[in-house]
Amino acid sequence: MSLLAFFEQLAESTWSIELHESQYAYSIVESIHVWTLCLFFGTVAMVDLRLLGWTMRGVPVSEFARRVLPWTVAGFIIMVISGTLLVYAIPIRTYQSIFFRGKMVLLVLAGLNIWLFHTRVYPKIAGWDSDGVPPKAARIAGALSLALWTCIIFSGRMIAYNWFDCDRQPQSAIVNFLTSCTPTDSGL
Amino acid sequence: MDLLPLFQWCYDTSLGETIRNSNWLFALIEALHLVGLGITGGAVLLVDLRLLGVGLTKQPAAQLWAGTRPWLIGSVILMFITGIPLFMSEAIKCLYSFPFWIKMTSLLLVLVFSFTLRARVAQAGLASGGPLSARNAALISLVLWSGVAWGGRWIGYS
Repeated sequence: MSLLAFFEQLAESTWSIELHESQYAYSIVESIHVWTLCLFFGTVAMVDLRLLGWTMRGVPVSEFARRVLPWTVAGFIIMVISGTLLVYAIPIRTYQSIFFRGKMVLLVLAGLNIWLFHTRVYPKIAGWDSDGVPPKAARIAGALSLALWTCIIFSGRMIAYNWFDCDRQPQSAIVNFLTSCTPTDSGL
Repeated sequence: MDLLPLFQWCYDTSLGETIRNSNWLFALIEALHLVGLGITGGAVLLVDLRLLGVGLTKQPAAQLWAGTRPWLIGSVILMFITGIPLFMSEAIKCLYSFPFWIKMTSLLLVLVFSFTLRARVAQAGLASGGPLSARNAALISLVLWSGVAWGGRWIGYS
């Protein structure tokens, strides 16, 4: 089954239609997504700022990792659940959204950054845990994380805008390629 | 008090008009506004979680408050810089928007509260026997900031 067929099938499910057409449910899920952004991105940003040595230099980095990151993980789980519901409510348009696709790529990159940090940088923390300004590798990881999550917020917010939507033709060939859009069968 | 002339003036400014007539500006400014909201959230949560007895519990609340305060102030300034132009572009809609007034009321209350009573509680630490317990200070802060975030999101639905 192609991805498009999968999302088309989602779009036909009763729950998807009900969520899409409900007066408040969609808005409430979206508000939860925004509220949890404060929890998730907020705690990520504080850890990143500590890695950069830009805040609370007196607090060991391991303290941040042990006591703050669990909240980040909790926030991430709520973000994924509420975000999945938002996609589920508008499956085909979201699947073909250039911003949604960009956001997914950025999420993979952010995940890669986290993986590299935890496998390459964090194991050696004993040597710099209490340093006000952590070593360069940790600072780079923090800066990359801040930059990537900021871009993810931007691309996520832009999903709401239909500038590059498949049913808004003509679009340039590159846009239609990136959104897997075939203009002819898109309800022009 | 009739606010319509003031809001109409905001709406008619060239800044408001430029954003209204642009395809991109509102979206970009709004995304930046969200980034500011997120950083505010982090700065607020570190202290409120501590006041609730979770998170960075080895550090005194006073240390967390002192460490996060510049980021709270900076991110709130970022939200004002981005939020005011957004408001100007749709001032008339805001005047008649219930969520807008919820947001502004919560914002005013939480800013005053954060830098007066909550700051005092954070500085006194958990041992303070004052009229406002650490736990209540954190809960009031979280409820008011949530009012700001939810109100803000719901301006868009009105």
